[in-house]
Amino acid sequence: MTATAPLLSIEHLDVGYRTRDGVRPVVHDVSLDVQPGEVVALVGESGSGKTTTSSAVLGLLPEGGRALGGAIRLSGTDIAGWSDRRLESVRGARIGYIPQDPVSSLNPVRPIGVQLAETFRIHGRGDRRSIRGRVLELLERVGLDDPALRAKQYPHELSGGMRQRVLIANAVALSPELVIADEPTSALDVTVQRRILDLIDELRREHGTAVLLVTHDLGVAAERAERIVVMQHGRIVEQGATEAVLDAPGESYTRRLLADAPGLAEHAFRHPRPPLFLRDPGVAAAENPFVLEASGLVKEFSLGRRRPAFRAVDDVSFQVLRGTTHAIVGESGSGKTTTARIIARFAAPDAGAVSLGGADATALAGSAKREFRRRVQLVYQNPFASLDPRQTVAEIISEPLRNFGVGDRATRAATARRLIDRVALPADVAGRRPAELSGGQRQRVAIARALAPEPELVILDEAVSALDVTVQARILELLEQLQDELGLSYLFISHDLAVVARISHSVSVMRRGRIVEQGATEQVFRAPQHAYTRELLDAVPRRAAVAAVATPAPSAPAVPPAVPTGKALA
Amino acid sequence: MRRRLRGIRPGLVVAWTVIAVVIAWAIVPWLFTGQDPLAGVPAEKLQAPSGAHLFGTDAIGRDLFTRVVHGAVHSLSGAFVAVTVGLVGGTLLGVLAGSLGGAVDAVVMRLVDVLLAIPGLLLALSIIILLGFGTVNAAIAVGVGSVAAFARLSRSEVVRVRQADYVEAAFGSGARLHAVLFRHVLPNSLTAVVGLAALQFGTAILAISTLGFLGYGAPPPTPEWGLLIAEGRNYVATSWWLTVLPGLVVVAVVLSANRISHALGRTR
Repeated sequence: MTATAPLLSIEHLDVGYRTRDGVRPVVHDVSLDVQPGEVVALVGESGSGKTTTSSAVLGLLPEGGRALGGAIRLSGTDIAGWSDRRLESVRGARIGYIPQDPVSSLNPVRPIGVQLAETFRIHGRGDRRSIRGRVLELLERVGLDDPALRAKQYPHELSGGMRQRVLIANAVALSPELVIADEPTSALDVTVQRRILDLIDELRREHGTAVLLVTHDLGVAAERAERIVVMQHGRIVEQGATEAVLDAPGESYTRRLLADAPGLAEHAFRHPRPPLFLRDPGVAAAENPFVLEASGLVKEFSLGRRRPAFRAVDDVSFQVLRGTTHAIVGESGSGKTTTARIIARFAAPDAGAVSLGGADATALAGSAKREFRRRVQLVYQNPFASLDPRQTVAEIISEPLRNFGVGDRATRAATARRLIDRVALPADVAGRRPAELSGGQRQRVAIARALAPEPELVILDEAVSALDVTVQARILELLEQLQDELGLSYLFISHDLAVVARISHSVSVMRRGRIVEQGATEQVFRAPQHAYTRELLDAVPRRAAVAAVATPAPSAPAVPPAVPTGKALA
Repeated sequence: MRRRLRGIRPGLVVAWTVIAVVIAWAIVPWLFTGQDPLAGVPAEKLQAPSGAHLFGTDAIGRDLFTRVVHGAVHSLSGAFVAVTVGLVGGTLLGVLAGSLGGAVDAVVMRLVDVLLAIPGLLLALSIIILLGFGTVNAAIAVGVGSVAAFARLSRSEVVRVRQADYVEAAFGSGARLHAVLFRHVLPNSLTAVVGLAALQFGTAILAISTLGFLGYGAPPPTPEWGLLIAEGRNYVATSWWLTVLPGLVVVAVVLSANRISHALGRTR
């Protein structure tokens, strides 16, 4: 590193929260430096203290939180003990901040131009006219087309990516020396994520701004940062140059993060298991190999009387081979969730047909629809919203059995216990409520509920997108394991190609309601035919030289072909 | 011990104490006063508050404190009936409208709008004239007036909960409409309704007292709170305690009910 004084230097920082039982420390002895113009990534799973550390630098700790010891030096001046008032001269002017959630970080009732102008006004930079000029210039610089129009628009009129650009414009408005970006792309699609990270990179190169990038995704860190700081349980476990950390991780925790980052670890593509050879070929040939066939699905939404209807799903056809995972990938708005809802019979298609196990299931209603739902189960994206907060875990899991009148109270409770064990949760969660569980644990409960009626097909709608990479990796392992043991078929809806590459056997790429490419995952990912697929693949954060990844990829456990495939849950 | 005390909010403790005392008045009034609420001693008429007569005496020498204590049962039971009528009727309408949607929703909610458009007191008076005078009828009249508020709140809660993922997930796991309603929608939407019920309890006491004051509630010589205030009206210039003290009791109870309702709303 250069011999110049670091721009930001955190020395032995301890942060704690005041609680009823006294002060509870959450960050211990954190020391790190950011040189001028450098990108440092602060990596860790949720609860590791990375956001607390970055908030402490800005003096924006939540109620009750404060720095207990150590120093935060900005160009040599210790700002750790500064009052809010004194820090105001630093925030925005010398340290910019890009928040995580672009949806809730902008004031919904004021045009974005006014909100950006406020930054200049608060810091007393320029009069009304010159501020307006600078706002338009800023909006142009962060890549928004027609800045004059955008400045007049309200946040709800902009997409998530555009809103994040506005927040970046706000962070760099006063040309700060340091920008703290707290998970700036976690809420965004991969392609948008790439563009936003490119923009931050570009602004950094133009102005020599240093960036402290807080992220749970080691893939993003590997692609963008010069140095990586790994945090766990409020302590720094490892830090160093990106190359060094990635090539020779010193700590087991870093190695686990590396293996879990879907874009970094090289997983072998999955292939459908060869058919069992001990079967009568005649019977095997007569059996329908597809658990689900969708053909020519169309779904239109009316936009008003005079306007043409919006085609959310346009002539979508695909098949899911029994016992395999078929993935549908695409950005938000591509129609993939609508497709999943048509399959699960939560929406009716305007045209086309769905058949499950060879029987037509397009126009089911009443009791036939209920019977169908026993065979197709859906797992939702947000495990915080998909579980009834007033029920216990055991009640949640046994609900499908209760609805279908399977067994009596005692056998249902026994099934719930078995399923809790099946999804690798401790037995004592049975009596707890969802609020007491972590996100990953809740998603396991949701999976257990989906398995309860012994379905043939499980639809996973962005089921791992809301989870940290490490938790996500564990859930993916669980899904693979359940598939191998129970012979389940999955329809996996996701925007994350790295995850899809890992979990699926076959894939359909959707864009604007149409399938642009589909086939075996290996074939589509190794030799993409459509430009859009290539764009999606390029957007996956990974190191420049993927081939050089030195970590031994934990290969999927080889399954001996003689394992019975019956879906015996008992 | 000190840590436990720190979590207690003093305002809420006072509110619960007031309500507890008033409920005790209603259940065991003879523990609080040994005098007769109906029979007066003419020699002691219109005496100011003193040790012997805590709230003073009225025009025919009845002890006012005794009358307030014995009046609690009328006001509280009246408020209870009123809230029950509003809660049951309103929640039923709201849940029906929210869960069935479509034409049912439109028709029920327009009816509720009509109910809201009539001034509360006018509505209550009309109902009393239809049903006849009396404490229970006055309570029912007040309850009907609050049906609209309960219906709107419970409908909005039901509509909110119905959009939750876990309700769709319940349908996805094969539940029928009534099972989803009773297992998921009702338990998750009733907290706010319970908060409103506590708020309405205070409002109902006030409304019943108003009706009593106007002479549409309990007939004299029932010591109902509103009636007490009305009877004291003629002596405002000379005997302030006849209106002020029962009035303060009503104010204290209504404020306490509001405070408790606020706390119920916050803990959900």
